[in-house]
Amino acid sequence: MSRRVRLALFACAGPGLLAVLLLGLHGLPAFGDFHGVYGLLVDRIEPHVRHATDIVTGLNFDLRAFDTLGEEFILFASVSGVALLLRHLRDEDDEIERSRSLAEHRFAGASDSLRLMSLILIPLLVSLGVYLVLHGALTPGGGFQAGVVLAAGPLAILLAGRYLALKRVAPEWALEAVDSAGAAAYTLIGLGGLIFAGVYLKNFLPLGTSGHLLSAGMMPLNSIAVGLEVTGAFLLTWTEFLDQDVIVAREEL
Amino acid sequence: MTVLQAAVLILVVVAGTAIVLVPDPLRQTLVLAIFGFALALLFFVFQAPDVALSEIVVSAVGLPVIILAALRKISEQTARRESDEEGSE
Repeated sequence: MSRRVRLALFACAGPGLLAVLLLGLHGLPAFGDFHGVYGLLVDRIEPHVRHATDIVTGLNFDLRAFDTLGEEFILFASVSGVALLLRHLRDEDDEIERSRSLAEHRFAGASDSLRLMSLILIPLLVSLGVYLVLHGALTPGGGFQAGVVLAAGPLAILLAGRYLALKRVAPEWALEAVDSAGAAAYTLIGLGGLIFAGVYLKNFLPLGTSGHLLSAGMMPLNSIAVGLEVTGAFLLTWTEFLDQDVIVAREEL
Repeated sequence: MTVLQAAVLILVVVAGTAIVLVPDPLRQTLVLAIFGFALALLFFVFQAPDVALSEIVVSAVGLPVIILAALRKISEQTARRESDEEGSE
C-alpha cells in the first residue's frame, strides 16, 4: 500500500474515530463522581468485619481470594513455561560454560560507585520487601508488590557486576522451590478454609485486633504465600533471561 | 481535580508520547521505566497506593530487566550476522 493510500485511509478513519471518542467521552460521569455501592460495602466490611485496614489486600485475599488463586497459577504457569522454553538451550551449552572461567562474565565491569550503590540497595530492598509482605493487611502492599521488591534485592547483585554471585545466592533449584512452595501454601490455606470453616478459602483463623501485625485472620498468611511465589517467579524469570544473555552468549563470541 | 493531579496527568501524557517518539529501543526502555514511574505517581496522587506500588515494581524494575536482556541478545546476534557476512564476502 502506498503512502498516499494509507494517508487517504487515515483521513477517513481518523475523524470517525475522533467523533466516536468524543461521543463516548461526552457521556462519561463527571470527574470524581462515585456511586459504587460495591465500593462502599467493601469499605465497611473489610475494616469492621475482617479487621483488615488495607482494603485492597482485604479484597485480594478475602472477598475475591479465589480470583487471587487463579492469578497465582497464571503466574506460576507462565513462569514454568519460560523456564521450560529457555532451559534446553542453556543446558546444551553447559559444557562450554564450565570450561571457561566462572569468575568473569559480561557484566563484570561495574564501577566502584555502582558496587557501593547496590550494596546499599540490597538490604534496603530486602527489608522493605519483608515489611510489605508482613504488613499486607495493614498498609498498602501485600504479597504481589512485596514479592517483586524482594526479588529486586538479589537483582541488585547483578547491578554490581556479580551475576554469578547472584546465581550462588539464589540458585535455580531454590527459586523453583520457593515459587512452588508459595503456590502450594496458598492452595493449602484455602483447603484449611474448606476443612475448618466449610468453604474453600474462607477465613478460619482468629481475626485479632485491627491494626495489629497478627490480625485479619488468614490474610497475613496469604500475603506471605503470595510473596514467596512472586519472589521465586520473578527471580526465576530474570535468571532464565539473563542466563541466555550472560552465559550462553559467551560461547557465541 | 487538584493542581497536583492535573500536573501528574500531563506528566503521564508527555512521558507516554515520549516513548512513541524515541526511535532507539534501548533509550525507549529507559523512557518506559520513567513512564512507569510517572504512572505510579499518578496512581499515588489519585489515592491508590497499592496500585502505585505494583506499577512501580513491575514497570520500573520487572519489565526493563527482561527487555534489556532481550535487546542485548538481539544486538549481539545482529552484530554476529553482520560480521559473518563480511567474512564470507
